Amino acid sequence: MITYAPKHVTVSSGGADGPAKGLLRFLTCGSVDDGKSTLIGRLLYDTKLILEDQLLALERDSRKHGTTGDDIDFALLVDGLEAEREQGITIDVAYRFFSTPRRSFIVADTPGHEQYTRNMATGASNSDAAVILIDARKGVLTQTRRHSYICSLLGIRHILVAVNKIDLVDFSGERFHHIVGDYLGFAQSLDFASITTIPVSARFGDNITQHSDRMCWYDGPSLLEHLETLDVERALEEKPFRFPVQWVNRPNLDFRGFSGTVASGVIKEGDRVVVAGSGKESTVARIVTADGDLSDARAGDAVTLTLADEVDVARGDVIARADSRPEVVDQFAAHVLWMAEEAMLPGRSYLMRIGTKYIPARITSLKHKVDVNTLEHIAAKTLGLNEIGLCNVATAAPVAFDPYTENRETGAFILIDRFTNATAGAGMITFGLRRATNIHRQSLLVDKASRVELNGHRPAILWFTGLSGSGKSTIANIVERELHVHGAHTYMLDGDNVRHGLNRDLGFTDADRVENIRRVGEVAKLFVDAGTVVLCSFISPFRAERRMVRELVGAEEFFEIYVDTPIEECMRRDPKGLYARAKEGKIKNFTGIDSPYEVPENPEIVVNTSGATAEEVARRIIEALRERRIIG
Amino acid sequence: MSTTIASRSVSLHLKRLESESIGIIREVAAEFRNPVMLYSIGKDSGVMLHLAMKAFYPSKPPFPLLHVDTRWKFRDMIRHRDRIVERYGVKLLVYTNAEGVARGINPIASGSQLHTQVMKTEALKQALDQWDFDAAFGGARRDEEKSRAKERVFSFRSAGHVWDPRNQRPELWNLYNTRIAKGETIRVFPLSNWTELDIWQYTRAQDIPVVPLYFAAPRPVVTRDGLLIMRDDDRMPLLPGEKEETRTVRFRSLGDYPLSAAIESRATTLDGIIDEMLASRTSERSGRLIDNDEAASMEKKKREGYF
Repeated sequence: MITYAPKHVTVSSGGADGPAKGLLRFLTCGSVDDGKSTLIGRLLYDTKLILEDQLLALERDSRKHGTTGDDIDFALLVDGLEAEREQGITIDVAYRFFSTPRRSFIVADTPGHEQYTRNMATGASNSDAAVILIDARKGVLTQTRRHSYICSLLGIRHILVAVNKIDLVDFSGERFHHIVGDYLGFAQSLDFASITTIPVSARFGDNITQHSDRMCWYDGPSLLEHLETLDVERALEEKPFRFPVQWVNRPNLDFRGFSGTVASGVIKEGDRVVVAGSGKESTVARIVTADGDLSDARAGDAVTLTLADEVDVARGDVIARADSRPEVVDQFAAHVLWMAEEAMLPGRSYLMRIGTKYIPARITSLKHKVDVNTLEHIAAKTLGLNEIGLCNVATAAPVAFDPYTENRETGAFILIDRFTNATAGAGMITFGLRRATNIHRQSLLVDKASRVELNGHRPAILWFTGLSGSGKSTIANIVERELHVHGAHTYMLDGDNVRHGLNRDLGFTDADRVENIRRVGEVAKLFVDAGTVVLCSFISPFRAERRMVRELVGAEEFFEIYVDTPIEECMRRDPKGLYARAKEGKIKNFTGIDSPYEVPENPEIVVNTSGATAEEVARRIIEALRERRIIG
Repeated sequence: MSTTIASRSVSLHLKRLESESIGIIREVAAEFRNPVMLYSIGKDSGVMLHLAMKAFYPSKPPFPLLHVDTRWKFRDMIRHRDRIVERYGVKLLVYTNAEGVARGINPIASGSQLHTQVMKTEALKQALDQWDFDAAFGGARRDEEKSRAKERVFSFRSAGHVWDPRNQRPELWNLYNTRIAKGETIRVFPLSNWTELDIWQYTRAQDIPVVPLYFAAPRPVVTRDGLLIMRDDDRMPLLPGEKEETRTVRFRSLGDYPLSAAIESRATTLDGIIDEMLASRTSERSGRLIDNDEAASMEKKKREGYF
């Protein structure tokens, strides 16, 4: 283990205002029966952090819900939600606080079940160390491997293996060493900086805060002693300087500062810096805080920087030292942990948050998913809740990052569902994909504007969506004929036709439907660029993909036309006999039968085909296009 | 330009907490359309406001303070509130549930549960709606109570201010998800990772002013249900057999005066408070009558919109 001597002391050395050693954040993991919550309860109890009224409440609760007979059930101290207490399991991450004269601690108590992997990852994301519990009777289990893998993936460098319930194997040193051997055998591949193993009994307090005299064969530190002395603090300071700009501070015309927290490294007054995205350079003029200007700022410090030059800097930008810059790319590979009920679909647009920046992003391909129990790579098309996969990710514009293994602060991102705003995924960047950096867009002499001028009308995507048999293609055909008569340049992309060529390799799973629409969207965008009115007739059942296409072109260039025909009517028409076959179970994933259709929320045009002929409907669409000056 | 906020050096541990909180407060200012900081006048609010002043220096915090006044606060608290607003030069909004007042809701006749529900929880929701705030800072800490230990720093509320503890957004790293739809709001807790001891040590290190009621002094109290209640005015009648006596007491936690129990103490300085705390064997909220109504009572109140 490496120890650090502080090089620079900017703060008082503890004493009355708290311990000198600073803060250690760690998580505990283990399944229900490993005694994880009992361990935390024991730590709090032995460090006198459980107070009298809390102890009274605990005794009362132990009688009601407890599982330890007449003894106090420490687990009830940490399982705070009603549902958890009733079911006797930990569902959500809970944070606990305790301190000793040497150090303060924040413990993330995380659930061990596989269905709560996301909650464990949440706890791990902010922790410097992990305590992994192993039941001495059971030894290394599948879940031990899972927990260790997740810790390693989330960048935890220090592992404490607590072999618990050692009292139930008669304090056997032989049993302990056997388990330790097993663990070290598989953990070697996981790249931890330190692994410490301790035999404990959380229930009776052996080797938790004090040395047990019931295991003379063990002469290492107690669990608490080890946590008190573990060195993690300085690691981020030694990385290159990164400063994600959080807020532009402009109290008056004379002051323009960039507020944020130093993600890593150290910056000094007078250092040469660069805005990672634009490549513009300047010099740090002042490091401003309410307590006066600083000569330097370190990882974790919340400060406000002013620069010597008028440089364009906004929230979301990353300021770095000019001599060690982060990568800036729009495509990279990343491990993604999926946290939403709705599966991750390659091609779908999500909102990414990386540092202080929000930016649209897509998973372009899922290379494999990881079986968290065996660490095997498995081919897959989607990621479900709690699944982890290695993905290629594309962002709408280049972003600054460092690989997660080098810098947890600048290599992590979350993905947000654009409709529900739920946090759907968490990502850890492994490396940038060079091809994005090296392909520069070819600038052309003839552009869209000149084509529009020649054509005499504006380009647009007319996107017809609706159930199979709703009349999309029939109406689109008539609309195209009318546009043609008016002298407009048109092209029709039809769902069925496209599937015979461009998208021949795609089926009808959710993932393939997303990719189908993505490709059609890109083709339609090229037609718009060519100055054409392109008519697209696709069931396109998901809002997210219709929105994705909408965002590919200008706001005035996309017309969502919802062909609103009730499913009963579509089934009655059934022009291709598809509904009949779907109902017999001969076609799987058929929209409206066993696959959902999400009704458009704000389509430009809604047409109801029940009371009107296709010709009438088409005429109304042409009028709408005229109103919006697509055609003259 | 305003002058530098006075402060002494703080421990590495407090400095980390301070930076984390400042980061959270700035995040809200950067991402939300119309944020507000709940100011309850207590020691936690004092620290939170101090951190907000630091976060935006040399600018002022770009949001107002909101005090939900139940009309049963200690008079000392209101005086302190008005002094603080002047000292820091910030904007303060005060809201009272007028309908609750008209209905005659009060902690003595209506009982603590109904009073808290109407004059605090409902009042807060009304105030947030009236001014159309989309984010509200609260000074709650995870060490206070079990269900708070499970709450996120950015805690999502669906339309109607409902908290669903089973369906919270995962919160990884410091990548807070600040996205909400219209009508939804976020409660933000910058002091999530602070403990009561941290609050006092920081208050001392930074010379943050606190309500004098936190310090021991001779005060008129009655003993009711084994708790020492201070009669701050004559709206609280004595029950048969009760008599007022002067004892040297202080408060660990401040709320509505009939619902906040005092403790006997000799701590007249911040040093004294901290020493007493280190030796104490009861938690700060043990004097808050509303928490003891039932076992999971905080979780229930929080689901309904309480802070």
